[in-house]
Amino acid sequence: MQSLSGQDRAPATDSAPLLEVDGVTLQYRTSDRIVMATYRVGFSINQGDRFVLLGPSGCGKSTLLKAVGGYLSPDEGEMRLRGEVISKPGPDRVMVFQEFDQLLPWKTVKGNVVFALESARRCRGAEAADRAMHYIEKVNLGNFADVYPHELSGGMKQRVAIARGMAMEPDIILMDEPFAALDALTRRTMQEELMRLWDDTRFTVLFVTHSIPEAIIIGSRILLLSPHPGRVKTELESQGTDVAIDGSGELLSERIHSELFNEGARS
Amino acid sequence: MTGQRIAQPTAETVGTQEEFGVVERPLTFWQRLSGSALFRKGSLVILIAIIWQVYAGHLNNPFVLPTFYDTVVSFSATMMSGELLARTWFSIKILLMGYSTGIILAALLTTLAATTRIGNDILELLTAMFNPMPAIALLPLAMIWFGLGVGSFIFVLTHSVLWAVALNTNSGFRAVSPTLRMVGRNYGLTGFRYIVKILIPAAFPSILSGLRIGWAFAWRTLIAAELVFGVSSQSGGLGWFIFEYKNMLNTPTVFAGLLMVIFVGLTIEYLLFGTIEKKTIKRWGMHT
Repeated sequence: MQSLSGQDRAPATDSAPLLEVDGVTLQYRTSDRIVMATYRVGFSINQGDRFVLLGPSGCGKSTLLKAVGGYLSPDEGEMRLRGEVISKPGPDRVMVFQEFDQLLPWKTVKGNVVFALESARRCRGAEAADRAMHYIEKVNLGNFADVYPHELSGGMKQRVAIARGMAMEPDIILMDEPFAALDALTRRTMQEELMRLWDDTRFTVLFVTHSIPEAIIIGSRILLLSPHPGRVKTELESQGTDVAIDGSGELLSERIHSELFNEGARS
Repeated sequence: MTGQRIAQPTAETVGTQEEFGVVERPLTFWQRLSGSALFRKGSLVILIAIIWQVYAGHLNNPFVLPTFYDTVVSFSATMMSGELLARTWFSIKILLMGYSTGIILAALLTTLAATTRIGNDILELLTAMFNPMPAIALLPLAMIWFGLGVGSFIFVLTHSVLWAVALNTNSGFRAVSPTLRMVGRNYGLTGFRYIVKILIPAAFPSILSGLRIGWAFAWRTLIAAELVFGVSSQSGGLGWFIFEYKNMLNTPTVFAGLLMVIFVGLTIEYLLFGTIEKKTIKRWGMHT
């Protein structure tokens, strides 16, 4: 339970943003220079949002996600999860990566999920095993629970990673282009499956992609970022399909495209 | 014929199994046998033994090169009397003491190296300095420090194991992917738990090859050290066994001792490390 700091905020907790990113500037160091990844980026995510960070490479979207994950600390501004400033990685924000090697190769599918639960001291023993199986079945891998990751296809590995993240029942799931390394057909299936899972459990997700169609399918809210350094361009809403917005006849994908690439062309 | 098939892909032409011949069939006995590495290597051993027997018989000088048969006879005779086994066990006991000391020190050093930058500098510097140094070269010094006894042997064995294991473990740790590291930290693993639950298993292929190299270094160091300085301890090990029988000009028994050195090496390599490898990194798909 959250502390209410003595005030009667109870009705407001639902509408208060789950994650607030407030004027965040991020820099990272390479061997010979310091690069500014984002400049004073701000947004806030509510419970149950499917929030997509969309932008071309170099807009700092992955860096921003890693900062929310607690792996980087902002040089300016701050990030708050349920009002608490994010300072280090933690199991309340689970990352799902693009790379297949995010699964521990020495653990079975079930072992990977149980590992996460036990490492984070969520639960252990039979309880952890039951909870792991519950989520493994949710991603349709019930028959593969005792298989090692190297025997799985790329899409199945990503499903295990998603099941592992969901089993933690975190405040927010952070997805860093999780389907980018998959072939086009698998990618499409995975997007549908993620949406089905969301309909089922309504988790909050922060999703990074550079694909406009993917952003439209996955996102309920899409934040567009411009590159070098990453700044907020605008925020759009998506209904899950590429439809005309504002009755203007302009498709959502066209709008995103013109926002991202035709700077200043719009009046 | 083929043109026809493309033109009319009816159920009839697509579905009949006779077109493929046999879809799946078991391998013949010979195919399976030649697929077994054990069989192939076993045959090689037999071949070498035959060549040895024929050549030594042709040479007919048991003082220089006893035949395979003579060697086997000496081997079983010293085995029956219990001497060879006792000497081997003596060597293995010392080896295990040195090997485990080396591994414990390597674990301490690499833990330090994995957690602090200065620890990593220390490890890299020390391995660069000491890894190329032959353990035998330290034996005279060890004699001064630890006297003529087991202590000196353990000292040189530790030296021969420590650097190989530490070097491999450390490079294995450093090669753990950033993604896996982030996963570990995501689930709240830090410090010692992080090393045990993420770094060690992720680096296990390197660690295992370090243990293998360390084992081989230790075994050859021990035999060599016993050959040179084995006189110190009364019963002595396998190296001293070889040295003694050489002094008695009993070449077949010298060969029997050498055979034992090989036999122990093969057993540890295939039975111990081979089994560990099969149960871990092969099962996990981590071998390259």
